[in-house]
This record gives sequence, structure tokens and C-alpha cells, in this order.
Amino acid sequence: MRIGDAKQTYEADEAIWTTSTQKFWFGLFLLFLLVFPFMADSYLLYLGCLVGIAVISTTGLNILTGFTGLISLGQAGFMGVGAYTVAWLSVNTGLPFPVTLLLAGFMAAAVGILVGLPSLRVKGLYLAIATLAAGVFLHFIFAEWESVTGGMGGLSLEPAHLFGWSFQSDFMMYFVIVPLAVLMVLAAANVFRTRIGRAFIAIRDRDISAEILGIDLLRYKLMSFALSSFYAGIAGGLFAYFYRVVTPESFPLSMSIFYLAAVIVGGMGNLLGGILGAAFMTLVPEALKLLTSALTPFYPNAPVFMSPMLEIIFGALIVGFLIFEPHGLAEIWHRIRRFFHLWPFRN
Amino acid sequence: MSILEISNLSLSFGGVKALQDVSFRVPENTITTIIGPNGAGKTSLFNCISGFYRPQQGSIHYQGQVLSSGIKPPRRAALGLARTFQNIALFRGMTVLDNIKLGAHVHMKSGLLSALAYFGPARREEIAVRRNVERRIIDFLEIDHIRRQPVSSLSYGLQKRVELARALAMQPKVLMLDEPVAGMNREEKEDMARFILDIREEWGITVLMVEHDMGMVMDISDHIAVLNFGQVITEGLPADVQKNPEVIKAYLGNSDIDSLRKKLNPEGEAA
Repeated sequence: MRIGDAKQTYEADEAIWTTSTQKFWFGLFLLFLLVFPFMADSYLLYLGCLVGIAVISTTGLNILTGFTGLISLGQAGFMGVGAYTVAWLSVNTGLPFPVTLLLAGFMAAAVGILVGLPSLRVKGLYLAIATLAAGVFLHFIFAEWESVTGGMGGLSLEPAHLFGWSFQSDFMMYFVIVPLAVLMVLAAANVFRTRIGRAFIAIRDRDISAEILGIDLLRYKLMSFALSSFYAGIAGGLFAYFYRVVTPESFPLSMSIFYLAAVIVGGMGNLLGGILGAAFMTLVPEALKLLTSALTPFYPNAPVFMSPMLEIIFGALIVGFLIFEPHGLAEIWHRIRRFFHLWPFRN
Repeated sequence: MSILEISNLSLSFGGVKALQDVSFRVPENTITTIIGPNGAGKTSLFNCISGFYRPQQGSIHYQGQVLSSGIKPPRRAALGLARTFQNIALFRGMTVLDNIKLGAHVHMKSGLLSALAYFGPARREEIAVRRNVERRIIDFLEIDHIRRQPVSSLSYGLQKRVELARALAMQPKVLMLDEPVAGMNREEKEDMARFILDIREEWGITVLMVEHDMGMVMDISDHIAVLNFGQVITEGLPADVQKNPEVIKAYLGNSDIDSLRKKLNPEGEAA
């Protein structure tokens, strides 16, 4: 039940967490993230890192597609730009990894601005096709610009180093990926408390009245593209350090669709939705595989039946969620929260 | 002294002449109303002033300066031209508070970096805007009970009021209202008329309005321009406009003066 949350200052009312219950749960969640790598086995640790990378990239795409209303199928391409930037810098220069990661973000942002230029004229599905074309184009560059990208063989890189530590194991990478993911989601939450985030949503909801309020459409659309691909670039850079090999096939076009699906399943225009969507899309296929191996002792034929079925079950789950909760996983979460706000007076 | 002066404005779409040689002026600190039958070109005129349409001929002077076609709508907003739309153009996905805060966008400066950190200037600016919106606008328009609600859940009358609040947050010099009381009941109309009068008197904002409700137009306007088939028939004080035979003809298509008097004078003095 929610009581006694009257505010005395506007500052308190504008905070991200407005009640002490929310602060408590968030603190508990952070504690869980901190303790998790010490408890988890290597497989869970690997999944944790993957979810962290997916959360960063999905949050980026959510800023662009969910909040600004610009559909993009170029996310894998932007991630690739980030990954190749990190790989190239680490092979050819001795820059420490925080610098290469940052440069990966800026490089991807620059490419994002370029790809976003048509967005003033091209909207909706047409923009989806334009960004898809950009993704194909980037993929082509990754494969063919051999002197820089290493062609189809790709680039291999050394583990990240900093202050004598080597981030070779998943355990060490976890402490790079997950804190970055938390920070970047919080930064995105901050943006949507300010005029810039409001301008993004205004463009999504009704661009003509955004213009009448003095919002320069091109400037803010490009800003959204830049911010979104910055996130993708960082995610791609982390991907490069995590797998330590980058090839054109690391970032197939289906990956762009994967992230768009994560945004939609989680809840468009909802940061929590982006997190839930990223976790769902990463973990459900793994859970289905686990289910298969759990069934094998009872039904020895389970792998034969299940392995072709996994994709279908996964697809059916997505369709099911969209039918029963079109606003995404975030809405389910909100409904649970609302229930406890009023509990036990109403149920 | 006119804050806005329209001179010989012509606008056509292909063969359709939306505006022909339109000239009139909006005196500073008045409520000026444009009336006219449907399709007379009132909204087209608004769209020329806000910069969505480029008139083929003529000029618009605002505060003594020419508003050329090169000045795009966002720039005009920064110059102090605010407007509301005939069919409400609020951001439906946002709360009332966020919609109103968006009005203050042009007066805010914080950049992307400080927004990401929500620290220092960005934070101070957001809090200052919130305080200003709460104390000056939400309080004035009596919408404090709905500030957290999403706009899509509000009644039509309240949505119109939120749109007015958003325009006020722009701190405009000229406020353009496109049919502010269309579709409202009597009580909502009276509230809106009171707000418009207060905006002129307390805030010192010039109001330019398009409206069909003759009762309200005649009651609160200081200056009226009548548009028909894209041309200005007459402009002047409400009392003069009411008597003008051209206006009567434009509205009724004949010279049935008595029934028109009733229409223009709904309070219906038998005199």
C-alpha cells in the first residue's frame, strides 16, 4: 500500500524514485547485481553479460523508436561500427579501453547522424527501409574494407586492460558491462526528465505541434539518432571486448530485428520495458534450451522434437505477449505495482 | 500601435484562392477576432502567420519587422507567437504537466550532456520551469487536479484548457486561438471567455482568435475582422461589424436582417 508520499518541494516530486519503497527495491536490485557474479556459475555469468549488452542496445533503440517514433532497422549496423572501432583501435593503438569504448560510441553516433539525415522527409515504414538499407551498406563495408576491418575473417583483439587488470574472464567483463548498463539506463531516464526528452516524445506524438512550440524537428531527430547509436556503439564495443573477435557475421541484419522486437515486446517508450524486453529476448531462447535438456531424461526423443520447435515456441510467445499485452512487459509490471498501491483496500 | 499587421496577403492552392489580398491589423493588447463562414480562409490565415503556409504575395509585419517565409515555425515560436489548434493538438502520450512544460521549451537552454546527468543547470532549469508552470499557469487555469493525468483521458473542454496552458507556457506576445470554445457547453464557454479576458488584462498578451460563437465574439472582442471567400469584408469594433450589411449578407446569403440580428445578438434584446 502506498501512503504518506506527499511532497513538499518540486525537487522531490521530479525525482526518478518518488517513494522510499521504490528506493528500497532499487537498492536491493543493485545489491543483487553486485552479489550475482560471486554466486553464479560460468553459464549464468555469460548470460548476465549478454543481457547487460542487450539492455544497453535496446535502451538506445528505445530512445529512437519508442520515444521519438523513428523506426530503425540499422541497430546491428551501428553496433558493428562500435565493435569495429574498438577492435581497430585496440589492434592499432595502445589506447586504454574506456577511451576506445567512448570513441566507439562517438563513431557510431556520427554514423547515426548521417543515417538519420533523411528522417526529416522520410517517416514510418519508409524510414524503416532507409535504415535497413544503411544496415546492409554498413554490413557491406565491414565485409569488403579489408585493410581496416579484416574482411570476412574479421579482427581479433586482446582482452581489455586497465591499471594492470586484465578483463579476460566473463567475471571481470561483468563488472564492466553491468555497471555501464545501469549508468546508461539511468542517464536515459534523466534525459526524459528534461526538455530534450520531452521534445523527443513531442515529435513522436505530433510533429506539427512540436514545431509550433519551437522544437526544431531536424535537430532533435538527429539528436535522437546520435544518442541512440551512441548507445549501440557502446554496446557493440562491449560485444567486441566480450567475444574478442569481430566479424561481419557478428552483426547480421536479423540482430536489428531482434532489438526492434525487444523494444516492442518490452514496451515502446518505456525504459523499464526496454530492460525487460532485452532480458526476455536473450533469456527465453536459453530457457527453452534448458527445458529441452530437462525433458530428455523423461522423453529421450525430446531434443529431436524440441530443437526445430524452439524457434516456433519463441515466436509464439512473442505473438502471445503482443496479443494479451500490446503495451508490453512493462505494462504487466505496472499492473502488479498498481495492485500493491491499493492493497489491501481493493483487489 | 499594431503588434501584427497583415498586408495584401494572397495564398492559393492550385486554382483555389484561399486568401485574396487580405489586409488587417491586430492592435497591441487587444482581443482581435476573425470571423467568417466555413471555408472563408481563417485557418489558412493562421497557418500563414505561424509559418506553415507560404503566401504567394503580401507581407506579415510582427512588432514592426517583416516575417518572411524563411522564418520557420520554431523560430516564430521563439519570437513570441503561440497558437492553439482547431482540433486539439496535444501530445496524447504525455501527462498534462509534461504537455505544459513543453510550452516552455523555447525558453530553456540545457543541452544533452547536462540532461544525461540531470545535474547543475539542467536540474535547476527544470525545477524553475516546474515552479513557474505550477504557480502561474496551472493555478490560473484551475487544472491542478488533473496535472498527473494523461491528456487522452480528459474531457474535450479540459483538453482545450490544457492546450491553452501549453500556449501560455511559451510566454507569448501574441496568442492565436483557433476556435477556443468550439464544442463546449455553456459553463465551459464562460470559463474560457473569462480566461481569455484575464490573459489580455493580467498577462498583457495580445489575443488573436478565430471563433464561430457570436455571443462570445461580440462580448469579449475589442476588434473584429470579417473574412469571406478569402477576402476581408470589413474590420472594426464589434458594434460596427454587427451592423455592416456585407457581413449580414456573408452569413445569410440574403438580406434577412432581423434573423441575423438575432444570430449576432443571441442575448436577444428585443430592441
